[in-house]
Amino acid sequence: MSVRTLRIPTRSVRMIERNAMAFRHNWMVIFSGFVEPVLYLLGIGFGIGSLVRTIPIGDGHTVSYAVFVAPALMASSAMNGAIYESTFNLFYKLRYARTFEAVISTPVGVEDATLGEVMWAIGRGSLYSVGFVIVMLALGLVASPWAILAVPASILVGFAFAALGAALTTFVRQWQDLDIIQLALQPMFLFSATFFPVTVYPPALRLLVEWTPLYRGIDLVRGLTTGGVGPGLLGDVAYLAVMGLIGVTIAALRLRSRLLK
Amino acid sequence: MTDSIASPPISARNLVKRFGDLVAVDGIDFEVAAGEAFGFLGPNGAGKTSTMRMIACVSPVTSGRLTVFGKDPEVYGAEIRGRLGVVPQADNLDLELTVRENLIMYARYFDLAWSEGRKRADELLEFVQLDERAKDKVDDLSGGMKRRLTIARALINQPDLLLLDEPTTGLDPQARHLVWERLYRLKQRGVTLALTTHYMDEAEQLCDRLVVMDKAKIAAEGTPRELIAKYSTKEVLELRFPADEQPAIDGRLDGLADRVELLPDRVLLYTSDGEEAAAAVHRRGLRPESSLVRRGTLEDVFLRLTGRSLID
Repeated sequence: MSVRTLRIPTRSVRMIERNAMAFRHNWMVIFSGFVEPVLYLLGIGFGIGSLVRTIPIGDGHTVSYAVFVAPALMASSAMNGAIYESTFNLFYKLRYARTFEAVISTPVGVEDATLGEVMWAIGRGSLYSVGFVIVMLALGLVASPWAILAVPASILVGFAFAALGAALTTFVRQWQDLDIIQLALQPMFLFSATFFPVTVYPPALRLLVEWTPLYRGIDLVRGLTTGGVGPGLLGDVAYLAVMGLIGVTIAALRLRSRLLK
Repeated sequence: MTDSIASPPISARNLVKRFGDLVAVDGIDFEVAAGEAFGFLGPNGAGKTSTMRMIACVSPVTSGRLTVFGKDPEVYGAEIRGRLGVVPQADNLDLELTVRENLIMYARYFDLAWSEGRKRADELLEFVQLDERAKDKVDDLSGGMKRRLTIARALINQPDLLLLDEPTTGLDPQARHLVWERLYRLKQRGVTLALTTHYMDEAEQLCDRLVVMDKAKIAAEGTPRELIAKYSTKEVLELRFPADEQPAIDGRLDGLADRVELLPDRVLLYTSDGEEAAAAVHRRGLRPESSLVRRGTLEDVFLRLTGRSLID
């Protein structure tokens, strides 16, 4: 089949409604993904932070270790929420529940379903970020009024990872493949300047880390919450936006060729 | 439904569907008129489901011309699907939602207001006799109930055309009759039905007109009565012989009927008078284990056209 241009997905909101309806039966699961970064913040941010005290953030400024770690965990929580939804849950719907086969028999098209799923995943990531930023405020870890933009920045991080997750999930054949995705995320979470600055790496490795999407997300959110705002952040925004757009396009094209046989 | 007079609900000309080298539908022509119950009868693999999926606008046409409500599915997919009800071969109800929620959510997919969706959901649950199971999870329903819920779901948008892919396969006789009865009511309300089946009784019960499909092609077309008249006889005499005698029958029944069909487990004599043929068999000294006179059916039509039974 020739690839037609993708239709504008005006009915994507229907998938959000559907997921919200299903979610009401199973709302407890949302907490597991939220609690984890908060625990990291308490355990490492404050625990290790009591040993490290301050950390330099580029332009001569130093911040407390907890202030340094918190935005990284905020970006990570956006990633976690988005990626969990767009990998495990999407795979279940695609492979086992056959949810989309029923959906695409209606005026809701494959493009609507894809974008709707991505938006839902962003929503879950955003919920985590908002919860996390409230924790940060409560603990006095916000160092700049720019932090007001940290929430939309986290939504952008969620978009990039939701789209990446959805695109990857279209290639997944079995549950074990999802573990591979998790396996790739784990080192990215640990080493994307989450817990220590990227300056500790040798130049080649540093370049590699700087090209990972989570590093970009962390750099962006950290810049906003610590007040280290510069033009570099626009680069992060562009990176994440492009990644999200590519991901969602791949996901829609692959789902279409898979569902519209 | 203003365009239903001008253009038929479904029209196919030289319709082809290929999957790589496999030709699933090989240049078929048919037309379904408004208000009609139209059947695709054939064994598994005949191309029925592929045809249905193309009509449902979820499978691109390889070549030929297909219009649904006079429109091209490739261009007007969403618009066409908005007027269709689809009952797929395998139930794909939403397992994460309750029975009632399945219907309400489906109404949303058709852009109906929540209040309208709830109203229709309750009406339809009553129509398919599932109102008492409204709050249950779908997984707890029996096969027949799931099928009824799938049919109710397909009616949520009050479709002009209902597509049913093997609506009663896998159901017990009671459940089948309940489904047939509900479909018959819909037909009386003027809903156009297009259904696939490999059950001849289902086709005879429900279809005004049908095509017999075999090996991706249409082998014959007509009303059940026409097809039986053309390809079968008024009556059929079924004889069963002891297994070891069956091969020796060949030739000994010649001239007793219009046509004789030797099957592995029985012999069919096509004749206008079954009783007379049975007497003639006895006069030739043959003693079948059992003999049964029945009327000609679509099963006989299929056997005549393809040399094979509908259900292998």
